[in-house]
Amino acid sequence: MTAYDKPLPRGEEFNGEFYQFCKQHELRFQRCRDCGAWRHMPRESCQACGSFNWAWERVAGKGQVFSWTVIHRALHPGFAAELPYAAVVVELEEGVRIVSHVLDLPVDQLRVGLPVEVVFDDVTPEVTLPKFRPL
Amino acid sequence: MTLKDQACIVGVGESAYTRGSQKTVLRLVLEASRHAIRDAGLTVQDIDGFVLSSSYIYQEALAANLGVSDLRYSTTVQMGGASPVTALQSAAMAVTLGVARNVLVPFGWNGYSEARISRRERPDAAPRPDNALSQALRNYYAPYGALAPVQHYAWLATRHRELHGTTDEEMGEVALASRFHAQHNPRAYMYGRTLTMEQYLQSPMVASPFRVLDCCLETDGACAVVVTSAERALDLQHDPVYIMGIAEGHPYPADDIPNRPDFFKIGLSFAAPHAFGMAGVTPQDMDFAQIYDCFTYVVMLQLEALGFCGVGEARDFVKGNTLRIDGDLPCNTHGGLHSEAHVWGINHVVEATRQLRHEAGLQVEGCELGLVTGWGDFGDGSLVILRR
Repeated sequence: MTAYDKPLPRGEEFNGEFYQFCKQHELRFQRCRDCGAWRHMPRESCQACGSFNWAWERVAGKGQVFSWTVIHRALHPGFAAELPYAAVVVELEEGVRIVSHVLDLPVDQLRVGLPVEVVFDDVTPEVTLPKFRPL
Repeated sequence: MTLKDQACIVGVGESAYTRGSQKTVLRLVLEASRHAIRDAGLTVQDIDGFVLSSSYIYQEALAANLGVSDLRYSTTVQMGGASPVTALQSAAMAVTLGVARNVLVPFGWNGYSEARISRRERPDAAPRPDNALSQALRNYYAPYGALAPVQHYAWLATRHRELHGTTDEEMGEVALASRFHAQHNPRAYMYGRTLTMEQYLQSPMVASPFRVLDCCLETDGACAVVVTSAERALDLQHDPVYIMGIAEGHPYPADDIPNRPDFFKIGLSFAAPHAFGMAGVTPQDMDFAQIYDCFTYVVMLQLEALGFCGVGEARDFVKGNTLRIDGDLPCNTHGGLHSEAHVWGINHVVEATRQLRHEAGLQVEGCELGLVTGWGDFGDGSLVILRR
């Protein structure tokens, strides 16, 4: 087995907490305890109401393709063997959007609104990346 | 009180545009700065303000190398490629309020020989310092192989294309107009290299929908601009070019592209109404537009944000040579970042100034009014409206 050679999330502070849940195969985002607004990426306070009171809440893991780019030239050698690959923006049912990969789908099949659900890819013993596959 | 007509661009200059300058960034900036100060009819002793863009050089070294011994105002704008136009805003405020008399606005980099994107993402590249974009980039984009602007802006372009049906050929109109203009500009890196639609369509895909020829150049070079008050400008060498309206704008949130409530509301969408309102003019009054052209589609998004056409209509707007010198809106008449040089768009300010002095290489006949946009980071924007 070859070593994983792609960039890994740095995972400091809130970002580390996000990826710790991913390692447990749970997709959780910050949600305001006062007004209920979801948010991503993690932030100190709620953009809707200003509250500092929030919790990591689990989402259903279902969403749809919002946008993407199919990458034909690797700017990092770790991705060279996967060309072409797509960096996809997925919009979850809860409203937050996240950059990810859609597995089991040829890149020319990507469409706005394509339904997807989360899967977890344990890329190293320490790091799990949330990815998606077509529903 | 607004900044309308309070400040003028009175001097412009540039270094050579190359791939492999063999010079430090500071040296390039010094060359451009001395040209701009001389062009203004001023001396170094007249300069008492700097507005820098990003941190490739520091004001201490610039002052010491130029010989600016009484620096009264210096600040640095951090908006990526939107910085140089935003820097004009700070310079205009400084000269209008008397904080400084004559402000130098320089930018330079070795964008080919030191800062190439394809090199900086290699695992053995020196780590880059954190900035406002690092949280999103390092934690949420890079692990999925989305490392560079060509990939990030492609999310905007893909969704816009899917919703509005823009074709490859329509994007190509933007690239071809810049290349066409560059054939009249001996300073342009692409001078002497024409481009056909067939060649454009054959250029390899980098990150869909962007091909190599949708992307701007990577070049080494510097430009500088001198800003002074409208009152002092009347006594200087050239006809003054007035800053008629100016504004910066930031998408919301500015540090994460995917989670914007309105995906196509870019920084320029916020800046444009302020700058046009200040100037008291409309997009239709413009005789030319120098639009930050890091990627073809980014020009199209900006045409919509500026109000030249509605959202989804840029594909029709660019057809029929609209953007060429004899079209309805001559755009990037020097060749732009695509075909002249990538100097973070300060070369667009230099070109706009020469157009309004009626001394451009490819002159928009009789032009009186024009605009320059900036675009940077994750879609920050800036806009200046200039008149002669």
